[in-house]
Formats: sequence, structure tokens, C-alpha cells
Amino acid sequence: MKYRYLTPLFLAALPLSGLAQQVIYPIDRATMVEGGKFDFKVEFDQEIQPEQATILINGKDFKQVLNGKVEFIAREDGKPVSALWVRDSHIKHAGDYRVTVSLNGKQDEVTWNIYATPKTRKAHNVILFIGDGLSVAHRTGARILSKGVTEGKANGKLAIDSLPHMGFIGTSSTDSIATDSANTMSAYMTGHKSAVNALGVYASRSENNFNHPKQETLAELLKRRTKMSIGIVSDAEIQDATPAAVVSHTRRRAEKAAITEMLFSVNPDVILGGGSAYFLPQSTLGSKRKDDKNFIDIFRQDGYELVTNATELKSLEMKKNRKLLGLFHTGNMNSVLDRRFLSNEETKKFPDQPDLTDMTKTALDILSKNPEGFFLVVESALIDKAAHSLDWERSMASTIMLDQSVEIAKKFAESHPDTLILVTGDHTHGISIIGTVDDEKAGEDMREKVGVYQYAGWPNYQDNNADGYPDKWDVSKRLAVFFASFPDHYETFRPKLNKQFVPAVKNESNQYVANEEYKTVAGAMQRIGNLPRNTDTGVHAVDDMVIQAQGPGSEQIHGYMENSDLFKVIVNALAVK
Amino acid sequence: MKKILKKLTALLRIGGPFFLGCLLSLRVFSAWADTTLDFDQLYGKYSVTGLQFGEKVRALSGKTVIIRGFMAPPLKAESQFFVLTKTPMAVCPFCSSDADWPEDILVVYLKKRQTFVQYNAIIEVRGKLEYGSRIDPDTGFVSQLRLRDAEFSPL
Repeated sequence: MKYRYLTPLFLAALPLSGLAQQVIYPIDRATMVEGGKFDFKVEFDQEIQPEQATILINGKDFKQVLNGKVEFIAREDGKPVSALWVRDSHIKHAGDYRVTVSLNGKQDEVTWNIYATPKTRKAHNVILFIGDGLSVAHRTGARILSKGVTEGKANGKLAIDSLPHMGFIGTSSTDSIATDSANTMSAYMTGHKSAVNALGVYASRSENNFNHPKQETLAELLKRRTKMSIGIVSDAEIQDATPAAVVSHTRRRAEKAAITEMLFSVNPDVILGGGSAYFLPQSTLGSKRKDDKNFIDIFRQDGYELVTNATELKSLEMKKNRKLLGLFHTGNMNSVLDRRFLSNEETKKFPDQPDLTDMTKTALDILSKNPEGFFLVVESALIDKAAHSLDWERSMASTIMLDQSVEIAKKFAESHPDTLILVTGDHTHGISIIGTVDDEKAGEDMREKVGVYQYAGWPNYQDNNADGYPDKWDVSKRLAVFFASFPDHYETFRPKLNKQFVPAVKNESNQYVANEEYKTVAGAMQRIGNLPRNTDTGVHAVDDMVIQAQGPGSEQIHGYMENSDLFKVIVNALAVK
Repeated sequence: MKKILKKLTALLRIGGPFFLGCLLSLRVFSAWADTTLDFDQLYGKYSVTGLQFGEKVRALSGKTVIIRGFMAPPLKAESQFFVLTKTPMAVCPFCSSDADWPEDILVVYLKKRQTFVQYNAIIEVRGKLEYGSRIDPDTGFVSQLRLRDAEFSPL
């Protein structure tokens, strides 16, 4: 009797019982727009002759359904395994497509859904805001810091607070429940999920980072099928994962020199951010390229106007048909907290960097000149970079900056109501506000000065100049913010005014140990990490991401969505044909 | 500074040979001080379109200099070179896929191979300064500023 219960277990185990499989890309449950480009790849688990395998799509030979040249590789990367490619392929008509690969009596299959976009275009413009690592606590913190709260009610709302449509986004990868900024933004930009570190490709078996099944990006699709303008704005290096995902195809996001070339080949109309080091030829001091290509010259020769600081950016005369390249730092730009509020050494190298709000405004001014509409991505990148470092003040200041940029977009939408605004992040962090830290509270050490429940009360930040940021960050009664994942570090319970927090440093055993620089900060307390000892900083959370939207097409944002679903929301709103 | 000089000259007039001796030792001191290099002096100009080496770097090229900084973990535990950074780095660019080295780093080639020890504090390095692009033949690591025949000590 009891063995009957085991039967389903045996059946379930069969597909995994060591029988090697043929792997098909795009993967099972992929959704693609009609006519959207993709690379088809089948990886066989052995070396075969092409005629040994039968590949059918909805019962027909695959060559009748897929457009493009068939490429058969007998020994992939010199190994005794074969592969078949159809690159730059597409499917003309919407519907469900069942792909079966049969070899030596074994069959593997995947099903794709190809969808058609609506007949009528709802949105003329789309603005996608990404707060890298934006979590719920960032929003709450930004609201408390920026607006204040009295008797339990917020004294004011953030710009993002009144966006009418809201949903939750699942951020998991093809290879893990966890995720990074590469494959998450890639999912938004291509409609396909992928693996950690991958941009615009499925992470296949290939050894070459640039030889993986490509997924067409939204910017490529819009450039190919419409006359819309494209803008990319970020305060990270413009080759960093989020902005890179708009244009790139690489298994490894670290290929920043190649990403610069891909950026050029897609030719976005507005590019604003950091990362000039990858534009400079290796002979120029400060270059991070390993070749002689000068992308500053290449972009200029292609008609781009170059601006390199905030003054130049703000004094641009707005004329028609301009292509703009704004590079404001050799690496990542500096955080708004360092740039605008702390008189420290951080911004000495590049003292005149624009704010994300300035960049958003200029991008909108230029892109809105195109009567065909535009797609603009604006990233507040340093929310994440500071959250990794357990530096919540810098992280939340960058959230306020994101919100003020959204405010500019909302103002733009007042005069351009055919604009879809989407605000989300790419993944979350384990960050939480749990109360306050009060220097005046009785207690022997800083831990006793943490106020929780009714003892938390209200922090005493003030914004007398009404710029939306606290006038002072090291007030006597601060927010108590803690992270869920961390390496060994010293918790100081105070903002790091000189530079971004460096929680841990690597020792000779490849383990990250608490950075002793903070040991002597008054009241600092050592916290033993909860991550593997080879992890340098806090990590991304697997928690859902909140997405909000307003404007035509925003009603598609609701309930639980996969991050890859956002692509469909955008192409549907634009009715890309 | 002017005030101090004035005072010194005044003292010299009064004190004669004794103060001359003092002044000489001051000169020796300032010559020593000149061989110290600060991370802020590595580059004279930062620009999006390229950097320029600092005047002091050019002046001290080929000379033995002293600089304080933080030892970044090397590629291998036992290594002849390591990267000296201004402050500790949260992520290790040798190990992380998305991290880059800042511009203001020095590559330190040690006199003799040494096992990496994390002092978890600022160290002082003494070595012969060299500038200009160079690719490490063993690792392919590109550096702009190097210290050769270097020794270091924790403070």
C-alpha cells in the first residue's frame, strides 16, 4: 500500500535521472513579440550528424517557421558536443509554438508564446525609471527624510506616491532565485529572463562571452521598427549593467569596452552618465580600454555633441535633431549626498557633475523634439551601490533624487499626457527601517540608544530650505536602518560623512573581515556577518520589487508580474509593429 | 609661512652659527619631506577626456619616494606586486565582475616576494617611483604608476 505513494516520486525523478538533454533556446515559456529578433540555438548532449536530429516547430520542419541561416557546429568549442544555430531569427505570426528536438529516440521540447501588439498606439513616449536596488524601505525612508511625518501621517507625498497603477515584480533568474542588475534589466529590455551577469543573451554553453543566443533589446527593436528616439541616463558608468542592458549582448556584464561599442552601434540619441574611461584609447591616461579606439571621437564624428560637466549640460541650446553624449566622470558619478551636501573629498576629482534631475530634464528637452516619440531610461544607480556598502544614508539620498527626477517626468506628462511613466527597480535589498537612534537616550552603548515601538518616536531631521533633502544628516535622533545581509563589520549607528562606508576588507585567507577603520568610532559595535566569508558586501534580496506607473498603457501594471513581462507592457503601449 | 621665514631670518641675525645649524637641519628635513608622495598628488588634472600626471610625480620619477595607503588584496597570496589604494575598497576588482579600480592607485613591486598579510590599516611604502603605462608581463595588469624595489611597513 505505502509503495503506491512512491510511484509519483519515481515518475517525477525520471526526467532528471542522469539522462542528458538537448537544451533549446529561447527556453520554455519564453514570450516574444511578433517579428522580434532572437537567436535560436539547440545544444546537443553529444557529437552528432545534423540529419540525426529532428527539430520541429508545431509539427513542421523548423526551417519553415524560423527565418534565417542555419548554422551547424559539429564540435562546439572543440568539445564532443554539437550545436545548431539560427541567428537573428524571428517568427512572423502570433501564437503558441511548440518546439521539439528528437535525437536517438529521446525528445525534448519547449513552448514559446508569440504575441501581437494592439492595433492602436496608446503611448507616444515611454519613460522608465530604475532605482537600482530600490526596496520598500528606500521609499519609506525617502518620504520620512524628505517630507516628515506627524502623528502617524506623512507630512507630504513623494512624486512616486501618487502613481496610480502598481504591481509586484518577480526578479528571479534562469539560473537562480537570486539575481543581479544585469539579467534583471535585461529582462525588462528584452522580454526574456536570463542568468546572473548576462545582458541580452541566454547563458548557453558557449565559452565566448559574445557567442550566446541573443535576445533583441527594446532599443534595437525601436530603432529597427520605429522612428522613435532613445535616451539613456544613469549616474553610474554608462556601461554599468542597467544602462548597458538597453543595448548590449554579452554573457558577462564586465565586458565594458565591448559594451561601449554596442552602445555606439545602437546609437541612442541621448547618452548621459559616467564611464568615460571606456571611451578613451589606451594611450590616454585614465583609459580602461585595451585598444586604440577613441569612442569620444567616434561618437563626435557621428554627430554627437559632447558635454563633460553640469555647466555645459545646463547651457546647451535646445535645437532640433541633436544627438548628445554627456560624460561626467571616468567611472561612476558621485552620490548626491557627497556632491550636494557633504563637504568631503569625494567629488574633488570631478567637482561639476550634474544631478540626475538635470540629466532627466535635458534628456526630455532633447528627446521630446522628435514628433515620433521617444523611449527614455533614467537610472538612479547609486541606491544599490550604497546599499551594498550598508550605507543607508547615501542609498536613501539617491532615492530622493530618483523621486525628484520622477517629479520632472510627471510635470512633462502634464503637457504630454500621451507619456507612459514606469517607476521601479531592478532587484531589492534586505533593508529595513525599525525605529530611531537617539544620542540623548540613556544607555551605556549605542545599541541601547536604538528606540523601537513607542520608544522610537520621531527623528529630528529638518528641511528648512525645502529642497526635499534633510538640511543635516547627522542629527541627534536619526532613523535606525538595518540590513538583512552583511559581512563582518563595525556598526557605528551614524552616517559616514567623509566617504561611503567600507564595511569589510579582504584578508590573506580570502575572507572579508570587519574594516578596522571604523573600530574607533565612538560607540561602534562589531557585527559578525551572516554571509559566506568570501562575500565582500551586503547582497541583493530575492524579495519582490514594486512597480508603479501612470499614463497610457499603465493599466497593464497590476498584481504579480515577471520582470520579463514589462517588455510586453511597453511594446503594447507603443503598439510596436 | 612668510611669517615663519621672517622669524627665522630675525633669529639668524641674532643667533649666528647656532641658528645656521638649525636652518641646515631644516633643509635636510624639507628634502626628506619632498620625497613623500600623497594620493592627491598622483594626478595634476582629472578630466573626462583624460588625466595628467601630477607635477610631483614627474619631479620624483626615478627617485625613492614614500607613500601611505591601503594594500588591496593581491591576485595571489604570495605575490611580488600588490595594488596600493588611497583607502580600503569595499569590493575587490580582481575578484568582482562589475568593480573597477579607481584611477588613483599605485602598483607596488616588492624587492622580494612576500606573502600578503592584511594589516587592516594604512601602511607606508617606500620604493622607486615610475610612471607611464605598463602591462605586467605575468598578469596582464595595466598600471600607470609604480613603485619598484619597494618595501613596506605597517604604521
